[in-house]
Amino acid sequence: MLTWLIALPVIGAAIVALVPGRLKELHLPLGVALAVLPLALAGYVFWVFEPIAEYQFVQEAVWYEPWGISWSLGIDGVSMPMVLLTAILVPIALAASTSITRRTKEFVVYTLLLEAGMIGVFLALDLFLFFVFFEAILIPMYFIIGIWGSDRRIYAAMKFFIFTAFGSALLLAGIIALAVTYADQFGSASFALSDLMNVQLSTSAERWLFVAFALAFAIKVPLFPVHTWLPDAHTEAPTAGSVLLAAVLLKLGTYGLLRFNLSLFPEASVDAAWIMGTLAVIGIIYGAVVAIVQPDLKRLIAYSSVSHLGFIVLGTFALTSGSLQGAVIQNVNHGLVTGALFLLVGMIYERRHTKQISEFGGLQKVMPVFAGFFLFMIFASIGLPGLNGFVGEFLILVGSYSTLPALAIVAAIGVVLAAIYMLWAYERVFTGVPDKEENIALSDLSIREISLLAPLAILVLVIGLYPNVLLDKIAPSTEALLDHIEEQTEFVIPEPGRLGDVLVAGGDHE
Amino acid sequence: MIEVIWLIIALPLLGAVFLHFFGRYIKEPWSGWLASGAIASSFVVALVAAIPFFQGGEHGSTVLLWEWMPAIGANLEMLWDPLAAFMAMVVTGVGALIHVFAIGYMRGDERFSRFFTYLNLFAASMLTLVLAGNYAMLFLGWELVGLCSYLLIGFWFVRPSAASAAKKAFIVNRIGDFGFLIALMLIFAAFGTLSYAGVFERAGAELTTGMATAIALLLFAGAVGKSAQIPLYVWLPDAMEGPAPVSALIHAATMVTAGIYLIARSAAIFELSPAAQTIVATVGALTALWAATIAISQRDIKKVLAYSTISQLGYMVLAVGTTAYFAGLFHLMTHAFFKALLFLGAGSVIHAMNGEQDMAKMGGLFKKMRVTGITMGIATLAIAGIPPLGGFWSKDEILASVFERGGWFSVLWVIGLVTALITGFYMTRLFMLIFLGKPRWDGGVDPHESPRVMTVPLIVLAVLSTIGGLTNTPIRLTLESFLEPSFELISVGQPPENVLILVVVSLLSVLAGAAGILAAWLTYRRPPQDWQRLEEGLQPIWGIWEDAYGVDDIYGRVLVAPGKRAADATAFGFDVPIIDGAVNGVARLVRDFGAWVRPLQTGYVRNYGALFLGGAVVVVIWLVVAGV
Repeated sequence: MLTWLIALPVIGAAIVALVPGRLKELHLPLGVALAVLPLALAGYVFWVFEPIAEYQFVQEAVWYEPWGISWSLGIDGVSMPMVLLTAILVPIALAASTSITRRTKEFVVYTLLLEAGMIGVFLALDLFLFFVFFEAILIPMYFIIGIWGSDRRIYAAMKFFIFTAFGSALLLAGIIALAVTYADQFGSASFALSDLMNVQLSTSAERWLFVAFALAFAIKVPLFPVHTWLPDAHTEAPTAGSVLLAAVLLKLGTYGLLRFNLSLFPEASVDAAWIMGTLAVIGIIYGAVVAIVQPDLKRLIAYSSVSHLGFIVLGTFALTSGSLQGAVIQNVNHGLVTGALFLLVGMIYERRHTKQISEFGGLQKVMPVFAGFFLFMIFASIGLPGLNGFVGEFLILVGSYSTLPALAIVAAIGVVLAAIYMLWAYERVFTGVPDKEENIALSDLSIREISLLAPLAILVLVIGLYPNVLLDKIAPSTEALLDHIEEQTEFVIPEPGRLGDVLVAGGDHE
Repeated sequence: MIEVIWLIIALPLLGAVFLHFFGRYIKEPWSGWLASGAIASSFVVALVAAIPFFQGGEHGSTVLLWEWMPAIGANLEMLWDPLAAFMAMVVTGVGALIHVFAIGYMRGDERFSRFFTYLNLFAASMLTLVLAGNYAMLFLGWELVGLCSYLLIGFWFVRPSAASAAKKAFIVNRIGDFGFLIALMLIFAAFGTLSYAGVFERAGAELTTGMATAIALLLFAGAVGKSAQIPLYVWLPDAMEGPAPVSALIHAATMVTAGIYLIARSAAIFELSPAAQTIVATVGALTALWAATIAISQRDIKKVLAYSTISQLGYMVLAVGTTAYFAGLFHLMTHAFFKALLFLGAGSVIHAMNGEQDMAKMGGLFKKMRVTGITMGIATLAIAGIPPLGGFWSKDEILASVFERGGWFSVLWVIGLVTALITGFYMTRLFMLIFLGKPRWDGGVDPHESPRVMTVPLIVLAVLSTIGGLTNTPIRLTLESFLEPSFELISVGQPPENVLILVVVSLLSVLAGAAGILAAWLTYRRPPQDWQRLEEGLQPIWGIWEDAYGVDDIYGRVLVAPGKRAADATAFGFDVPIIDGAVNGVARLVRDFGAWVRPLQTGYVRNYGALFLGGAVVVVIWLVVAGV
């Protein structure tokens, strides 16, 4: 069944590709319709998903035996929310792309291939397979930015590609080194995650491999100081590109850290927790501060992503029940909210052909519905309780305090800064009297646009008030991950109500 | 009855949801009546559900609604105890009157229904705050009232000043919430739960004095924001940009008391830290005095009331800091009555004056608006602490309790007394400038009494202001025995037992208020030239007060402007040229190097691909050699 999750978008892409180019109007609606199929399947998987720690719906087939590579898929509480998020956002992003009139067919094909790659990454239980998907994603995204982006698209696409590919090189090296060591120790080749978790590594080797993996994922997240590709890529990408980039592609980094760094290198993870946490917190504050003064809405949201993703990395390395659950659910939350914000910016861009904050003013008067959705998503983004962003951030902050107290406190400043950059931007764009001529005649959202945003808004509210729709299914997997780390290291996960071993300088087991 | 207390929140919430989606299809006054009905029903539910508490002896119980964030012991659960019931009744009772008044006040506004959506949402949020059974859910309500406050202050968003005041209120509150958030982290770290039951029972056993002080002061940081204390009060005067007087009332009678409630609710933690108590009480006393002095010289009617609110909140903070919780909550209630009345009265005046808010352009309105005049007169005497009106009993109980504590608190008591004097002065000044003397308004204005839908709430509130104080007199402590079960394990600060001392202390506070009234009476019964000359004569202090000590300006220059410059420097002086510059520098280096080793120009991506593979191979070899 999981193979179908990957196959359906590929088949969809093939079908769209076969539709003759002269039926131009057909490509996009067909693409949207075909993208609903994987969504339906993902919904079904969510529905029958059991709240247990083990991988479910596991499929395994030998791919290249001499190297122990297998087509091995499975889903658990960490990956299921991401698959669902991807499946939800692709049809919405496609349906929002009506302004793409040039080479529409290719656009739809690339987007569907991108979806296949993204879902594949989250499902892969074989590291080589994971890497294939991880790399495969780069190609359609490169073209989406490079062909349908705005003025500086080539620069942005190149930057995106080189940055992430640099990380990929390290990742590939790390994976191969790990597999080679496995073959050494066990006498047979394997790239399976479950096998590689058993590799015995010397402390220094484990640390080097941790660094190789962590750097690759840190670029994706992106963590300070390797974040500068993000604002460019976000800003130049077309709406659908920005949405998927922010909502899903960044999560490859946080997902990778959680899935691979923590389970493959538990010892090094515990040792490096305070370093990763510090970088994350620098990102939280730095991204927020830089966001305050951005003159361009997309750049502002891009830097806000740097800030928000910092919370996820902090939660990942704080290694408590609360913080890990928070990190996983915040992946989804950030995807929904930032995805929606990029959709909204896209909608105003289609009308005004600018994203400069100074070009707007008083829009609430002319576009009340648009303003309402925007404000709703802004408050979700700044962590208003009752909406989804709060659930993730609160779990992360409260959970992280037990092990990384100082960092958790500094991270909380990010919550104040978020209110500043978001509400100031809202004030400048939406309040006051609409004084620019171009703004007075703007039309409010159409039914089509509302129907794209409403599902996201509903999910934001549902997760905010009843996060157990996801947390119930996430918790067994994150608990199992914590148990694994406890088994492999001397680190003791703090009981609720007890301050744990503080994860600072050097750790507790030299 | 405990099974239905969720209705108290649900009714106004449903009202808000319904009006949000269908409000535009409902003709003007009816959406207002619908919203008023929702909150009035919720008042009735609260009243009925509180019957066991009136009978005494009940401690209340907790109801789990559903799980929220079980990993950190934060669920959506409600605690229905006397304190919660008390707050719920104040919020729904006064809230219902606000709703009705607003039907008249907002007449003709193009977003009439939307206004009532926000009002109902506000009520639901505030009720979530006071009915929460744990700190996480309290924080939910806490932030949601912040949201509603943002929406209501900025209701007339086309006015840049309103939009900017809304943003300021939210951000300043967020600064306080930063402390609140850290308090929540500490509480979870210490107790493993955020539930009141789990925290308060074990507070004495689990917390060291240092930890208790830290948690108490961090919670207080949140209260300083929400209840507008030094140094975070600056948002409240600006909040008067909201539709007068309705959102002003929220910022006077109900929402701002959340901080007082938070401290009273956390009494078990504050109990453990005398140091925190002293700091809280001191901040309260200083705020009371500070804001009162500013109120003296304001000319805008709503600004006077805004600073008066800050000052009165200072009294309440002083009370809860002295652990005189009954006195503090008592004053919270009486203040809700008379401050609601004052703001609604001010709204009625502004309405009559076609939006004029400058008291220098009023005068002689008593003849034109008797109901507003009489009711506001009652409120003025009530806030000045003249017996037997509401403010007398509650303010007196606060001051007497502070006096009883002795030591440093004696100083705070003196500050409280001086503030009482100033309060009498500025309130009398306000009343006389508006209602007495000769008319000073322009010819074009034709003041008139407001319609019934506005005056009836005024009359109800005037009655409550008059008799509200009788709920807790030294002779009959009804309110105290009602609240008692919620504070069973707490040693609550009380007024002196000795009747003679109590009478002397009470007499002193009445005399202070009366002296203030008299001084203002002597000043403002004279012709305008006289008192204007007197005000001029008090320069420069009068001007400093009028300018509110220039605090906004100082914050702007010391915090906002440098903050903005720092952000600019980080974004355009560091992120772009240095971090991104380094990246592009490396890229250029690689490109130049590539051009040098292979002048043959192929496609970028293919170039890169070769480099990538090569790099990977090098790294692998190196890792293997390194002995992985």
